[in-house]
Amino acid sequence: MNKRVVITGMGVVAPNGVGKKNFLDAIKKGKSGIKFIPELKELNFNCQIGGIPNIDNSKCNNLLKKYSLSAAASTIKYAVIAGLEAWKDAGYIIPEYDSKDVDYNTGIIIGSGAGSIGFVGSKIVPLVNKGLGKKLRSTTAEYAMHSGSSVALSGILALGNQITANSSACATGTESVIMGYNRIKSGKAKAMLVGGTEAYSPYIWMGFDVLRVSTRKYNNNPLKASRPMSASASGFVPGAGAGVLLIEDLDTALKRDARIYAEIIGTHINSGGQRNNGSMTAPNPDGVQRCIKQAIKSAGIKPQKIDYISGHLTSTMADPIEIKNWTKALNREKSNFPYINSLKSMTGHCIGATGAIETISAVLEIYHNFIYPCINCEDLHPEIAKMVDRNKIPQKIINNIDLNYVAKASFGFGDVNSCLILKKLVNLQINKYKTIKNYEKY
Amino acid sequence: MKNIKDKIMPILKRYTFDKKIWETVSENPDLAKDLKINSARIVDIILDIEDEFKIEIDNESLESIKTINDVENIISKKLEEKE
Repeated sequence: MNKRVVITGMGVVAPNGVGKKNFLDAIKKGKSGIKFIPELKELNFNCQIGGIPNIDNSKCNNLLKKYSLSAAASTIKYAVIAGLEAWKDAGYIIPEYDSKDVDYNTGIIIGSGAGSIGFVGSKIVPLVNKGLGKKLRSTTAEYAMHSGSSVALSGILALGNQITANSSACATGTESVIMGYNRIKSGKAKAMLVGGTEAYSPYIWMGFDVLRVSTRKYNNNPLKASRPMSASASGFVPGAGAGVLLIEDLDTALKRDARIYAEIIGTHINSGGQRNNGSMTAPNPDGVQRCIKQAIKSAGIKPQKIDYISGHLTSTMADPIEIKNWTKALNREKSNFPYINSLKSMTGHCIGATGAIETISAVLEIYHNFIYPCINCEDLHPEIAKMVDRNKIPQKIINNIDLNYVAKASFGFGDVNSCLILKKLVNLQINKYKTIKNYEKY
Repeated sequence: MKNIKDKIMPILKRYTFDKKIWETVSENPDLAKDLKINSARIVDIILDIEDEFKIEIDNESLESIKTINDVENIISKKLEEKE
């Protein structure tokens, strides 16, 4: 069995936009979602800024209330909002809560880097330590568990294929897409909800603060803080949010006349083994290059075909190293290098969600024929300038551009890598909405 | 007695997904069978009741709860003990 896999639905909860439409508007405008966070100052953080999605509005609140998730961990809230948006965006209907039919052909893999540490630390630990654990709610276990997001959604949607959660630090979101892709490709599922979710919590972010990987220089200027590929990049900006994609086999999508955003044609997951300049916190260049090359090889295309790279590019001193890896893996540089940018310039680094949110942004670019601006990169890093032509890193939106082949990669702590290759589907009639109901209403 | 029931109804309603169910239920509905309340949620209902009536409900009493009348009886018993 070797099924083709396409993306037919997307939902997003990002620091610079909640909901697919708001997110699309934000990335086209180069809108940053980074803000000063008073709580981090009170807690003596060196990095007092971050990207936190705003879900405090009546639409989100009503949705969470409807499914009794108002007190859930943020990871679950974000994932359910994004997951149900992706589900409806794909034209599927949410079943009645007491319906009898289980869809055994559809599963969920929504991962997270740190899971519900914030929920555990703020809700469970204080009561249990005081001997008042019995005051905890019946939902304590389901909110604390790593698969909490996936099972919350599977309960709402009555899904019966594999329901699980992956975790590979900052590669989680991209890895989940690939895991779902493999399941559909091999015929074990017809559709999968895949993605990543990550919460804001001082308990998670302090880990980055002590490692000095988050920036300390922009507390007074949050909009300028996340500056991938810039000479003045001084560390990443932590972020939170979720991205969920509905991916399914091409036959099923065509049969139900679904809108197809793009096809996933190549993937690879590996690790650099924390050797040869690779470590817990830095990638082994050989592992990264191998991952990109293998993904392109599995897509059955030449590296020259890649039109655009949605980079990992976190706004740290590792950005020039990542660019070098791309030039070597593709054997392309200077004016022959593809376009490249980093969503993190606007969202910060949403850890386990980042790969999924960035995949969604790349798919939106393919579908709507544009490349969003990579903001705050006015002072391009000199090492990068030697490798890549300035105009390949857009400071302003590029419109009316055909992106036929796109590479998205994510690299995570532990020297783990994930890369996927996306393709625009131009030959299919992909603009039909026949099965889509209630789509505009959401 | 009426006063107790008035206070527990909104609590129970929080844990029924389908609010329409209340339009057709009997005088003394079974929480699980008639109101379709997930058995795990009994824990939350008890926490809410403990807060509302300022009482503590022991594990033994908890196990005897099946219907709304059971809930009412336990509350009035605990309130009497308190006095």
